[in-house]
Amino acid sequence: MRVLIVEDDEDVVRYMVKGLKESGMIADHAVDGEAGWRMATTGSYDVIVVDRMLPRLDGVALVERLRAGGIVTPVLFLSALGKVDDRVTGLRAGGDDYLVKPFAFSELLARIEALARRRAPVEAQTRLKVGDLEMDLLSREVTRAGRRIELQPREFAMLEYLMRHAGQVVTRTMLLENVWEYHFDPQTNVIDVHISRLRGKIDRDFRVPLLHTVRGAGYCLRAPA
Amino acid sequence: MRLPRILRTSTFRLALLYLALFSVSAFGLLGFIYWNTASFIAKQTDETIEAEITGLAEQYRLTGLAGLTTVVIERSRNQRESLYLLATSDKRPLAGNLDSWPEEPTQGDGWIDFAYQRPMSGQSVVHHARARHLVLPNGFQLLVGRDVEEKLQIGRLIRDAVAWAVALTLGLGLAGGVLMSRNLLRRVEAVNAVARGIMAGDLSHRVALRGSGDELDQLAANVNAMLDQIERLLAGMRQVTDNIAHDLRGPLHRLRTRLEVTLAQPPDADAYRAALEDTVAEAEALLNTFNALLSIAELDAGAALATLEPLDFGRLVGDVAELYAPVAEEQGLTFTVAAPDGLQVRGERHLLSQALSNLVDNAIKYTPRGGAVTVSVRRAGDGCEAVVADSGPGIPEADRERVQDRFVRLEASRNRPGSGLGLSLVRAVARVHGGRLRLEDNAPGLRAVLALPAA
Repeated sequence: MRVLIVEDDEDVVRYMVKGLKESGMIADHAVDGEAGWRMATTGSYDVIVVDRMLPRLDGVALVERLRAGGIVTPVLFLSALGKVDDRVTGLRAGGDDYLVKPFAFSELLARIEALARRRAPVEAQTRLKVGDLEMDLLSREVTRAGRRIELQPREFAMLEYLMRHAGQVVTRTMLLENVWEYHFDPQTNVIDVHISRLRGKIDRDFRVPLLHTVRGAGYCLRAPA
Repeated sequence: MRLPRILRTSTFRLALLYLALFSVSAFGLLGFIYWNTASFIAKQTDETIEAEITGLAEQYRLTGLAGLTTVVIERSRNQRESLYLLATSDKRPLAGNLDSWPEEPTQGDGWIDFAYQRPMSGQSVVHHARARHLVLPNGFQLLVGRDVEEKLQIGRLIRDAVAWAVALTLGLGLAGGVLMSRNLLRRVEAVNAVARGIMAGDLSHRVALRGSGDELDQLAANVNAMLDQIERLLAGMRQVTDNIAHDLRGPLHRLRTRLEVTLAQPPDADAYRAALEDTVAEAEALLNTFNALLSIAELDAGAALATLEPLDFGRLVGDVAELYAPVAEEQGLTFTVAAPDGLQVRGERHLLSQALSNLVDNAIKYTPRGGAVTVSVRRAGDGCEAVVADSGPGIPEADRERVQDRFVRLEASRNRPGSGLGLSLVRAVARVHGGRLRLEDNAPGLRAVLALPAA
């Protein structure tokens, strides 16, 4: 997986590039908007990570230019500006996700992976399947090994998100943002409780667990190898 | 050389400009009146003379030189303003009230403007006159004129009056301009003095108001209001800075100590990993505290919310309660939610959700196992209230205001996790929505009420 990081803080870039390489990705970086534009248009990347405030060409303008030029590579915005308005501005300019600084590296990694996978064409799916866990999006039925599982609406949404990102790390913040649409972190780790309830429904009565906790990062739903 | 200060004021320049315009128009108007009057008088004089000389020429035609001479002598005796002179062809006087033929030449149109000696109370005075010169068929010459001295004097009087009027206008205008500017300068100077005082570091200066309500008073009032706001913001900033200094130093110190102690121990991968994990967790907590502080500061700064939208308050509260319901059950609490849809408010969804999440979080955190937490929404007057009630220890009445301040944690909660910023954030969110946070006695327990005004 190739990632382009456009960020002017060299210290931050160095640590991001190192971390991404250790996670098996190829990471290039540009230190200003113009250089980012050149690299994004000449190279081939799966995800572009763009800081909002950049010298020469700011992040929002860069992404607008990329989109106007027909480049649809998923973009993850990084920003010290975390207000809802700023987030909306970023996404409206053509960004696909928005991460507020300072962030945990595991959060960055999880989001880059989620964006890279999303690039794969998503045909109108009506069924999701992970191992023997199946979800019918039309009838809203969930079964595991043929046995029907009853879920609350919010549990259903959470499981759907996890299944759509099967095999990837999903952070608590990603769940809060995508299932609850909350852009703040509750003081108590409420997500853990919701996950443990969901786990009780989909994993408890089965020999092989599907929903795994990734220490220090989040959760991962994956089919047994 | 620099102009005296007052001459550089905009008021004075404005007064000067106005004065110049006014003077030009006044001068023009008076000049026009003068010119009109003068030419009217001159025309009248000319017409009178013309009529008279026509009459005399007729007389001559009818009665000859003798008749004309008689008339001239007669008229000369009776008239004071009219001048007559009948003379020979070489301009020797025959009859009339002029002693001699004027030396000034006759103009092409037969008119002649001249000066003559006029006996006045024993003396002879030079007077100006205007006359028509007619050569009679037999070569005799007739001069009929008018003394215009009085008219000239009227003209001079008018001219003088105009000059005086303009001079007076200029003088008064100038003086008025200076006075006005001085007055204005004094009042502007008062604002300047305040600004200088503030630049010098004392933010408590304020412009004195006159109470007249005029535009300068309004300016001063606005400047004062602006200064009040700035002072409030600065006080807020100062408080945040103090908070950071006092309350974040502790955790940072702990963090460093932990790392130092770990380094001092014999190398051990497991111990390192454990220490690093603790450090990451602590750094995370610190960052959260920072973020909360910044959010509160931003809200307290009073920047108007641009994203207020109509919201279903019941649903919003219900969603937050739903997020926490499993946590409450896990804690062995009876968790009751009564949040019917349909109560509208105007607000920012994320902020309100976060505020409610803080209240519910607190209620769950402080209520012992077996207790009850109730989340409800109700109409209150024009507005809406979200009520989070618990059966926990509650907050003594004396502390209920204080716990809403930043970093205030009561002794009873010292050993529980938390930053001491939760209620401060709720209060700040309530304020930007024009509402307020009330803490009440739930007997037993605490009842937190987030009251919002009507949509």
